[in-house]
Amino acid sequence: MDYKTILKEINEKFGLETTTVSLREDEIYLKVKPEDFKKICLSLHKLLSAPVASLFALDSRSEKGVFEIYCSFMGGKCKKWFFAVAEIPADNPKFNSLAKDIYSASLFEREIKEMFGIEPSNSPDTRRLRLHSEIWPEGFYPLRKDFIKPAGVGKTGDYVFNEVDGEGIFEIPVGPVHAGIIGPGHFRFSAAGEPIINLEIRLGFTHRGIEKLFEGKNVYDALRISECCSGDASFANSLSYSCAIEKIAGIEVSENTRMLRAVFLELERMYNHINDIGGIAVDVGFSFPAAFASIVKENILQLNEKVTSNRYLKNVNSIGAIAINWDKDKTQALRESLKKIYKDFKEIKEILLSSVSFMDRVDGTGVLKKKTAEDLGAIGLAARASGIAVDLRKDFPGIYAKADFNLIKQETGDCLARLNMRLAEFEESIKLIYWFLDRITPQAAAQSSYNIKEGFALGYVEAWRGALTYWVKINKSGIIERCKITDPSFLNWQALAFCVLGDIIPDFPLCNKSFDLSYSGNDL
Amino acid sequence: MRILKNRIVKGIVTKPLDKSFLSEELETVGAELKKTIQEKFSRSLHIREVDTGSCGACESEIISTTNPIYDIQRFGVSFVASPRHADCLLVTGPVSKNMALALKKTYDAMPEPKFVITLGNCALDGGIFKEAYYTEKGVANIIPVTFHIPGCPPKPLDIMKALLSFLKKA
Repeated sequence: MDYKTILKEINEKFGLETTTVSLREDEIYLKVKPEDFKKICLSLHKLLSAPVASLFALDSRSEKGVFEIYCSFMGGKCKKWFFAVAEIPADNPKFNSLAKDIYSASLFEREIKEMFGIEPSNSPDTRRLRLHSEIWPEGFYPLRKDFIKPAGVGKTGDYVFNEVDGEGIFEIPVGPVHAGIIGPGHFRFSAAGEPIINLEIRLGFTHRGIEKLFEGKNVYDALRISECCSGDASFANSLSYSCAIEKIAGIEVSENTRMLRAVFLELERMYNHINDIGGIAVDVGFSFPAAFASIVKENILQLNEKVTSNRYLKNVNSIGAIAINWDKDKTQALRESLKKIYKDFKEIKEILLSSVSFMDRVDGTGVLKKKTAEDLGAIGLAARASGIAVDLRKDFPGIYAKADFNLIKQETGDCLARLNMRLAEFEESIKLIYWFLDRITPQAAAQSSYNIKEGFALGYVEAWRGALTYWVKINKSGIIERCKITDPSFLNWQALAFCVLGDIIPDFPLCNKSFDLSYSGNDL
Repeated sequence: MRILKNRIVKGIVTKPLDKSFLSEELETVGAELKKTIQEKFSRSLHIREVDTGSCGACESEIISTTNPIYDIQRFGVSFVASPRHADCLLVTGPVSKNMALALKKTYDAMPEPKFVITLGNCALDGGIFKEAYYTEKGVANIIPVTFHIPGCPPKPLDIMKALLSFLKKA
C-alpha cells in the first residue's frame, strides 16, 4: 500500500480532513484539528498496523501561541514515517488520551504531562515517569520554553505502586542501587511463593534532562551530547542525530562514508551482543563461556580503539562526515581481527547450545507473546524474538539495500529466542562488515562546518536494541529548538515487566539480561 | 567420581590467553597495585560501585577491569554487592536528583573507615551535563570525595593506573 492510498482511506473511510504540512521522501506530516487528533492516530494505527513510534509535544507559544503535539507511526510497507500533528491551545492545554485505545501511547502521554503540563484527558495513568514526585515540586515543566528551575526541591507526594492483594502475596522491592555494576532502577515484585504475579518497574533514576540540554545548542555541540545519551550505543545515537541534521540541511553524505558508518554501527552491535550472550551465561551461573565472551568483547573494544582511537566509538561520527581517516591498513586489521573473533564466537556458541543444563534454564523462560509485544509497541531485537519482523535495516534499508541483509527473527519469544537472535545477528553483522569492507575505499578524516537552515526532520537508525529515533527542529538562527529522542529501551522496558509473569524470581536476572535495556537511554 | 574422570580425560579446557592482549605495562601496574594493597589494606580492597546517572560507558569499563584480560581481582581489588562490605565507594555519573538520596544512603551504610572515588568526567562536576536542570553537578556536592579518575570513559588500564597512584599517596 503506498502512502496515497492511506491518505485517501483516512479521508474517505474515517471522514477526516487533513492538511499535509510537510513532505519528505520518507516523512509525511498530517495536520488535523485538535479534536480529530485521537481519531487520526487511531486510523493510522489501524491502517499501518503499527504501534505509536513516538508521541511528543512542542512549545510553540512564542511563535504561534499554541502547543503542538506530534504522534508518529512507522509505515514500513510504504517506506514512510507518518506524523499526526495538532495544535493545542496554550490557555487550555489538553488533548484526548490515546492510552486506552493504543497502549503504546501511554508512557509518552505521561511524559508529555510531566514535561509540558499538557493534560491527556481521561488517561488511565498519569503518574510521573522521570521527575519523581518525592523530589520535584508541582507546576515546573522543564520542556516549556519559559521554564525556570525551582529554587529548592520539594516533595509533592509518594509514588503509588500497583498492589496485588491476596493471602500469602508479598512484595520484594529491589533497587535503585543494585548488587552489580549496573544502572539504577527500582523493581517491585509481587510474588506468591516463587512465581512472580506482578512486576512494576520504576525508572527515571538516571534522568538528567538531556532533551532540554539539546535546546539552544548549535548542532555540533549537540552531537557530543547525543553520544552520552546511552554509552553502549553512542555511535547509534550520534548517527541517528546526525541523520536528522543532514536531512534538515540537505547534506548529501557520500556512499563511502555511509558504508563506514554502517561498519561502526555493526561493530557496536557486535560488542553489545557478545556482552549479553556472556551476561545470559553469567545469570544462569555458567561462568566459563561468560568469561570467554568477555574476552571477545574486550577484543572488539580493542579493535574499535585500533581503528577509531575510541573504544566506544565516541568522537567518530560528525555531521555529514566521519571524523577519522580510513586507510587500507585499517581494513586489513579489521578483517584479520574479525576472523579470529568469529572463531572464538563459534566456540562460545557451541559450548552454550550443547550444555543441557544451560538450555534447560533459557528454553521457555520469560516468554513475551507476540500479541503482548504488539500491544506494548515493543521494537527491535525483543520484538523480532517474538516473531515481529521489524528492522529498520530492512524497512528503510539505505546503504543496507544492496548488502544482502537478512532479517533475523524467532517465533517463541523466550530467553532462548533472544539468545538465538543475538547469536544469529552477531554472525550477520560479521557478514555485513565483510561486505562493506570489500567496497570501502580509503578516505581522509573530515571535519565539516555546515550552516544549518531552519527546519525539522526525523533521524532514525537500527541500533542494536532496536529503532532509535531523533526528531530535531532547528530555528532560524541554526540553533536546536527541540530534540525528541526515542530510545528503544523506552518501549521495551514494559515488555520485560510482562514477560516475567508466572516465572520464578530467580529467573528474573536472566530475563532482564536477555533484554539488556538501557537505563540512561530510557531516563535521558 | 564422574567429575574427576571428566577432568582427567578432558584436561584443561580453558585456553591460554592470547599474549597480544596482555601488555607488560598491565603486569607492572598490577604487581605494584597488589603490593600497595597488601601494605595499606592488609590484602584486599573492596569496592562498591554506584551509578548516579552516567551513560553506562563507565560501568562497562569498570566491568572490563574484571574480565580475564585485566583481571583486577588477582591484584587484590574486588567489587562487592553491598556497601556494608566495602572499603571504598566508586561513583559514576553527575548525580541525578533522583539518585541523590540513594547515594547518600549507600554512603551512610558503609562501615568506617571509608572513602569515595569518583570515576568519569561527569562525576567530577557534571561534565557534559553540567547545565542540565536535573543534576547535582557532581558527586562532591552530596558526599565527601577523596579522589577522581578522569576520562569519558577512562580505559581499564587507566583506571588501574589512577587507582595505583592514589593508593600510593594515601
